Amino acid sequence: MGRIINVENISKNFGDFQALKGVSLDVSVGERVVICGPSGSGKSTLIRCINGLEEHQTGTIEVDGVLLDQSANSLSMIKSKIGMVFQQFNLFPHLTVMENLTLGPIRARKMRKSDAVDLAMEYLERVRIPEQANKYPVQLSGGQQQRVAIARSLCMEPTIILFDEPTSALDPEMIKEVLEVMTELATSGMTMICVTHETGFARNVADKMVFMDCGEIVETAKPDKFFTNPDSQRCQEFLDKILHH
Amino acid sequence: MQKLFIAIIFTILLSGCSGNWGWYVVNPTTDGGITNLIFLLSGLYYTILTSVVAIVISIVVGLIIALPALSKNRFLRGINRFYVEIVRAVPILVLILWVYYGLPQVAGITIDVFWAGVIALALSDSAFEAEIFRAGIQSVDKGQYEASHTISLNYIDTMRFVILPQAIRRVLPALGNQLVYMLKMSSLVSVIGMQELTRKANELVVTEYRPLEVYTILVLEYLVLILIVSAGVRWLENRLGTDK
Repeated sequence: MGRIINVENISKNFGDFQALKGVSLDVSVGERVVICGPSGSGKSTLIRCINGLEEHQTGTIEVDGVLLDQSANSLSMIKSKIGMVFQQFNLFPHLTVMENLTLGPIRARKMRKSDAVDLAMEYLERVRIPEQANKYPVQLSGGQQQRVAIARSLCMEPTIILFDEPTSALDPEMIKEVLEVMTELATSGMTMICVTHETGFARNVADKMVFMDCGEIVETAKPDKFFTNPDSQRCQEFLDKILHH
Repeated sequence: MQKLFIAIIFTILLSGCSGNWGWYVVNPTTDGGITNLIFLLSGLYYTILTSVVAIVISIVVGLIIALPALSKNRFLRGINRFYVEIVRAVPILVLILWVYYGLPQVAGITIDVFWAGVIALALSDSAFEAEIFRAGIQSVDKGQYEASHTISLNYIDTMRFVILPQAIRRVLPALGNQLVYMLKMSSLVSVIGMQELTRKANELVVTEYRPLEVYTILVLEYLVLILIVSAGVRWLENRLGTDK
């Protein structure tokens, strides 16, 4: 499998606070990476740097052969390859579900409206809510909103999709429906990086587990080894906390 | 005690008026009264036209001035602050006089009364519009920009389809206020001779010597006009929904 993301020794500061301290990460085509770690450990910052939402200060990020250098050209090429799903969904509240899904394809991918609508319907069916197409986001449950958000990123037909704690803002009974959609996506061969604490999901789909703490990657392992016998003390302590409350 | 006090005030007011009221100048049952009323109402055309053209220009200019304020670039933010502070500091009446009498000399152009009034009103209002838009845009959640980024929208599309529709819904009540304010401020352009409501009233006062009656009609004209506009703005707010 070819390498699609290459993060090399990147650092990122917010004022005096060092969010990332020399992080390196490789992701292959079709690989599913799950990143976990305590809050403030830099997990979100890492994936937000990969799609250019945050600007890193040192190190290099290369996505599918394109070096991310903050020039408009490289940024727009990288944006078009990467989809992202947020903890707070970030749907456009003034637009219907269908308009949320077709805005990107029509404006950024220059698709005809009718083609964009067909594409959106296809993905709405994949996330199992085609009947909600003409509703506004506020009329949907949290789980449905997050599935719309997933469909919205898929409509851009990215090669990589990033999940930033996609289930953390959801009620427990809605987590399952979102995880099912994510699992299905994982089995379809999409390259995924998920920041999540859903250990069941991680065990099922992850090819690689990454544990971060204090802005560093502390441990990288296969899920079997990661959950049963991690090398580092810090990782073991973290797992103890999230596995037995 | 209170009733007595009110009664005394009424008595004084009415006694002052008794015999001195000259409602005949605007009495709709006489020919002269009708002519005068039509003359007063004919100012409505320029009052509405001036206000509407001025508010449209000031909204566009206000929006253009508001956008640099949201930039990370200090120089661009400085341009916004400079404009807002300078324009906000000049009284409207002074601006009207300057644009009408001063600007033609400075710029070597001729401006008619209508455009002088419109430009002065729009300029003065644009600083306030800019502040309203800035507040509205800043109230939109950061996540909306991030979501736009991830679906590859450029800056203009992000503003046009995502941020501004939400910002404008939120500032609609404030924009409605500005429209009402503009209608009232348009009375000031009477000083340069625009034939709007106030100017017409002034001219009638000069010929009829009945300021009390004529200006009372003028008050009622503005009152009715603005109540109608307020109701319209209310209706628009309900239709668009403040946060749908």
